Amino acid sequence: MLEIRDLRASAGDTEILKGITLTVNAGEVHAVMGPNGAGKSTLAQVIAGHPSYEVTGGSVTYMGRDLLDMEPEERAQAGVFLAFQYPVEIAGVSNAYFLRAAYNEIRKANGQEELDPIDFLDVLEEKLKLVEWGPEIMSRAVNSGFSGGEKKRNEILQMAVLEPRLAILDETDSGLDIDALRIVAGGVNKLRHPERATIVVTHYQRLLNYIVPDRVHVLAGGRIVRSGGKELALELEARGYEWVEDAAGVA
Amino acid sequence: MESYLKQFEAFSANGGGSPPWLAERRRAAMDRFARVGFPTSKDEEWRFTPVGPIAQTEFTPAPPATVTREALAPFLFGHAEWPLLVFVNGRFSTGLSNIPPLPGGAVVGSLADAIARNPALEAHLGRHAPVETSAFAALNTAFLREGAFVHVPARVDLGAPVHVVFVTTADAEGTVAYPRNLFMVEREARASVVESYVTLAPGAAYFTNAVTEVVSGENAWTEHTRLQRESESAYHVGLTHVEQQRDSHYRSFTLAMGGAIARHNLHVRLNAPGIETLMYGLYLTRGQQLVDNHTAIYHDHPNCNSWEVYKGVLDGRSRAVFNGKVFVKPEAQKTDAKQTNRNLILSDGARVDTKPQLEIFADDVRCTHGATIGRLDEVAVFYARSRGIPAAEARRLLTYAFAAEVVSEVALEPVRAELDRLVLERLGSLA
Repeated sequence: MLEIRDLRASAGDTEILKGITLTVNAGEVHAVMGPNGAGKSTLAQVIAGHPSYEVTGGSVTYMGRDLLDMEPEERAQAGVFLAFQYPVEIAGVSNAYFLRAAYNEIRKANGQEELDPIDFLDVLEEKLKLVEWGPEIMSRAVNSGFSGGEKKRNEILQMAVLEPRLAILDETDSGLDIDALRIVAGGVNKLRHPERATIVVTHYQRLLNYIVPDRVHVLAGGRIVRSGGKELALELEARGYEWVEDAAGVA
Repeated sequence: MESYLKQFEAFSANGGGSPPWLAERRRAAMDRFARVGFPTSKDEEWRFTPVGPIAQTEFTPAPPATVTREALAPFLFGHAEWPLLVFVNGRFSTGLSNIPPLPGGAVVGSLADAIARNPALEAHLGRHAPVETSAFAALNTAFLREGAFVHVPARVDLGAPVHVVFVTTADAEGTVAYPRNLFMVEREARASVVESYVTLAPGAAYFTNAVTEVVSGENAWTEHTRLQRESESAYHVGLTHVEQQRDSHYRSFTLAMGGAIARHNLHVRLNAPGIETLMYGLYLTRGQQLVDNHTAIYHDHPNCNSWEVYKGVLDGRSRAVFNGKVFVKPEAQKTDAKQTNRNLILSDGARVDTKPQLEIFADDVRCTHGATIGRLDEVAVFYARSRGIPAAEARRLLTYAFAAEVVSEVALEPVRAELDRLVLERLGSLA
């Protein structure tokens, strides 16, 4: 589904990704772990098409298409979804309006009929249950005045409604209390599907108790320094990131 | 100047001379204008808004014209049974207006009619608008004849909002009109008035010089919405002066999207304790437009609250000016006043001059102000795009969201819905 080859990316003059190679197949959950500043969030944002990063080398193929050649909205319309580490507040636009606009743009791009607000409510109702929310949240402005946990839950709600093929969760667990973490992880698990893939970017092993990954990659200094099964996460938890950083010769 | 003096003599000879108390006020106003003339850029109040194009044009009186219901339809909204007053090139149109039976002796109609019939007007008409400090208000008062009159007696709820529409036709090219309105909402009464300035000739250059006086009685509730949608080649100078009595609630919403040069002054005087005043404004400018909002709130008594939010969205090489004055007298303790002006710039050529001006002489008060000028948040644009919303649409959505925050403060749903539509329509042209 996703094939990243020797990907290099910079922000301004600073090279952050220094040659990432990673293959994610449909049905798989991959965890990308690593210390702060390793480039985990950059990798997530480059896949989604964040304009602040310049790709300086390598390739990303998604469902047979050159992902790097696609606008961020085209990527989303083709099924790529990034759950933001810091979801953006948009005062003045209701959650319902924003989500329906996104839903319909994606449907339109895929040759499907757009839904009116009434029909969309039916779609929403079911997805709200996934994150254990009532409909009140939909009339509030997008993330505006939301607590940290509510923002992350809202990202999972958007993901549930938009039904991406490739979901990337960027530190969705950071700052969550145990209840919010359970709800967020539960939402992700319910969306697991043989035709979908998930990349979970996280600093902590804790989330992986709830979302069990098929593969774990450790990112340090802009490179993947180690890959393994889910037991790698536990090993990291026990031995700390210095262990892999030292092994990889990253300062 | 001479052409105005000549026009004034003709106007006085032709019905502009009665009743005597009004003739006197007009004459005094004309004298005042003749002495001071149009302001110049040396005048602090007009520093960023050059009125040369207005001063140097010899505008003639606007001619009568006929407008069909169909032509007017796009500017109407809400319900057909709402009281509607239509003025074509400054003249009252009985045929286009709709004055349904009103509750409790309320009066909605032409000001000229009211002047002829109602001696009580003498106490208010031309008494509040500051002829001494505003040359444009003086000029308006000199030619004061027609506009909307709304009178809601004590304890009467007007129910439906009154829509007052000043429509300008293509025949108005090169002419001037002086709309003059008086809204009296008496003790414990409730009213909502929408004042619209619209045109059938989007490219016409004409001049609207409007003055509205609002008197809000004790414990009265008044909502006042002002939609300035003049031709983008026209000049519009408007002044709204509000007098509020004890425990009254006055809320204003102004939308300014027309005019080559458009200025609106909103003055609110708080004459007693316990008053609440809300002032919301939105200006949407593009091309070479210059839109100027000056507001002044006079906290003369204790325990009054005022809350002001003006927002602007600027495109092209347009300019906006905001000046917000808050005066708090020594006796106005426990004043709670908040003023905010936020500007969203969509292009490199647009420019904003914003100036909060707080003069506070009481010590036990809470007064805050803030002004911002910024661009669309690119992270928010990316956020929307990452959800599948195309870039142009994302920008439109975020711009709309910025404006919608003030529109959502309009209390009356049909008015709010119309404002929403106007904002969306204007933003649709940005892409």
